Amino acid sequence: MALLEIRDLHVGVEDREVIRGLDLNVHAGEVHAIMGPNGSGKSTLSHVIAGKPGYEVTDGQILFKGEDLLEMAPEERAAKGVFLAFQYPVEIAGVTTMNFLRAALNAQRKARDQQEFSTPEFLKRVREVAGSLNIRQDMLKRGVNVGFSGGEKKRNEILQMALFEPSLCILDEIDSGLDIDALRIVASGINGLRSPERAMIVITHYRRLLDHIVPDVVHVMSKGRIVKSGDKELALELEACGYGQFEDAA
Amino acid sequence: MKQVLPKADPERASGNVFAAARGRLPGAGLVPQIRASAFEVYERTGLPHRGMEDWKYTDLRALIGEVLPLAPRPDAEALVRAKVSAEQVSADQAVKLVLVDGIFVPELSDLGRLENELVVRSLREVLENSAPGDMAGLVLSTTSDSVISLNAALATDGLVITVADGNAVKRPIQIVHVATGASVSTFTRSYLQLGKGAHAAIVESFVSAERASGYQANDAIIALVGNEASLSYIRVAAAASDAVNISSAIIAVGARAKLDLFSMTCSGSISRYQGFISLAGEGTKVSANGVNLIRGELHADTTMVVDHAVPHCTSREKFRAVIDDRGRSVFQGRIVVRPAARKTDATLTTRALLLSDQAEADSKPELEILADDVTCGHGATSGALDNSLVFYLRARGLPEKDAKSLLIKAFLGESIEEITSENLRDFVTAQAEHWLQAGR
Repeated sequence: MALLEIRDLHVGVEDREVIRGLDLNVHAGEVHAIMGPNGSGKSTLSHVIAGKPGYEVTDGQILFKGEDLLEMAPEERAAKGVFLAFQYPVEIAGVTTMNFLRAALNAQRKARDQQEFSTPEFLKRVREVAGSLNIRQDMLKRGVNVGFSGGEKKRNEILQMALFEPSLCILDEIDSGLDIDALRIVASGINGLRSPERAMIVITHYRRLLDHIVPDVVHVMSKGRIVKSGDKELALELEACGYGQFEDAA
Repeated sequence: MKQVLPKADPERASGNVFAAARGRLPGAGLVPQIRASAFEVYERTGLPHRGMEDWKYTDLRALIGEVLPLAPRPDAEALVRAKVSAEQVSADQAVKLVLVDGIFVPELSDLGRLENELVVRSLREVLENSAPGDMAGLVLSTTSDSVISLNAALATDGLVITVADGNAVKRPIQIVHVATGASVSTFTRSYLQLGKGAHAAIVESFVSAERASGYQANDAIIALVGNEASLSYIRVAAAASDAVNISSAIIAVGARAKLDLFSMTCSGSISRYQGFISLAGEGTKVSANGVNLIRGELHADTTMVVDHAVPHCTSREKFRAVIDDRGRSVFQGRIVVRPAARKTDATLTTRALLLSDQAEADSKPELEILADDVTCGHGATSGALDNSLVFYLRARGLPEKDAKSLLIKAFLGESIEEITSENLRDFVTAQAEHWLQAGR
């Protein structure tokens, strides 16, 4: 059984159909890349999987571990193992990163009937992961993402991904706004989380990211559909020929 | 509530209250005269109404109509109920002084734990033993505000606290006002004097006992903060949801002194907290902050006047309101900079978070600047919770209610974090969390 199974998905935003019959199967252990031009529906897909309000699913299904994901609140999806690394992580003044991480982690554990982490256990875990991502301790004491650079915000997303140990990670343009050094740190953080139990969907415009995170499958999305799928070579082909060739296929 | 009582001639009604209460009001020497003239001042306007600029959002004449009869002395049964409520609001390590229905109750207070650095007497004791030329006139001072005059006329008890020059009081002093009655009024007044270089923290809590309802509490505190002295003053009002609380603070701050004031209103049908802070000595720093937490159909008004009379002082004000259902929060903040007050640095911000479409926030920041070379500013905003933040937190596993609570707490934190004492900050935070929990 696929970890994530999307069947004939149709999604509308304010009377406009943005996803128009999309099918996708992602198995545990796989890394899928979704590439496509602006407005092809990539980010909408990630939002719909995570449960962001404001989208209307007019048809189709999303099954996660065999369960109907669309019936679940965003927080239930998170507790079941869906993680979206945001393209634009929000800033939350007045809530320190440390308090936020603890509240989120314990809420997920509570929803799974697991015991909450003890404070020393939690701190140890956060410090380990933060260290590996070059996140300074003082950043953890600041408001969530407040005053963080673009690269720091993205690293903070990966920190959460590592802490929450989700089974499906959706990385929405994780490379946007990163310089090459920041990209290396983020990519190595992500690669470190690849595992046979975990799947990833990497959404990006650029092949550059896929040099660092090598995908098993590459999909091309255009006008709300997946129009071509292939192996990592497809990404190279796209770079050479551009997205134009797929516009008609959609 | 919002009902308007029949025009029962409020002035005459309160006149009856004063006439009926007179025999019970403590005071020797000139005190009865002081009371009578305070009542005359009150009678000139009666209850404040919307025609008066400072009360335009809180029309007491329409909202409460009349002054209820003075509460009787609490009996043994009332004291039992009061004790339970007073214990529920204890601030950590604080020395508690309890007033029940406007009467100081030594048996419920921690008199034995009072530090030697301060002198505490009940207002009753001070007024009963008053002799011409003593402090009674000061303790019962009034302003042009009629509710303060009414308070001076009818105050039954309160606390008179003095801290001598150079003394530092370690533990916070918590004045707990407990209401146990139904459809009665209470008038309390406290006086606080910090000598030169003295330090103290005062917490004032207003609570209701079981079965208390529909009462009206009118409190006033007068504080004189000496040169180089430092006062932390925290007020938390949680009146019964059908009760009225009107509290006034008149505070004069000396030179190079520090005042750290915080007021939180989290219940009460009609609440008005009004502070009149006068910066009377150079080089003084005032931080005056507060939050209104409103739901149901409650109405909470916080009005603050910060008066810079001398040069080189700083004042900072941060007010936040969280309003749900059909609640209404009013914030009025006036900064006065008198001609002599050069190099004044004064700012004021007020922000309201509206949790429902029917919630209402009224903000009226005012700057009255009569001096040159000053830095003054104000800002007012209101809005709903940011949905993108709520979604982010939910996407990380926090249930919607928890996500919203966390954001509301962060919003309130902008004001609460200004409380310098960690202990008192935690006390206020816990009360705010209690309010949030109660709404779930």
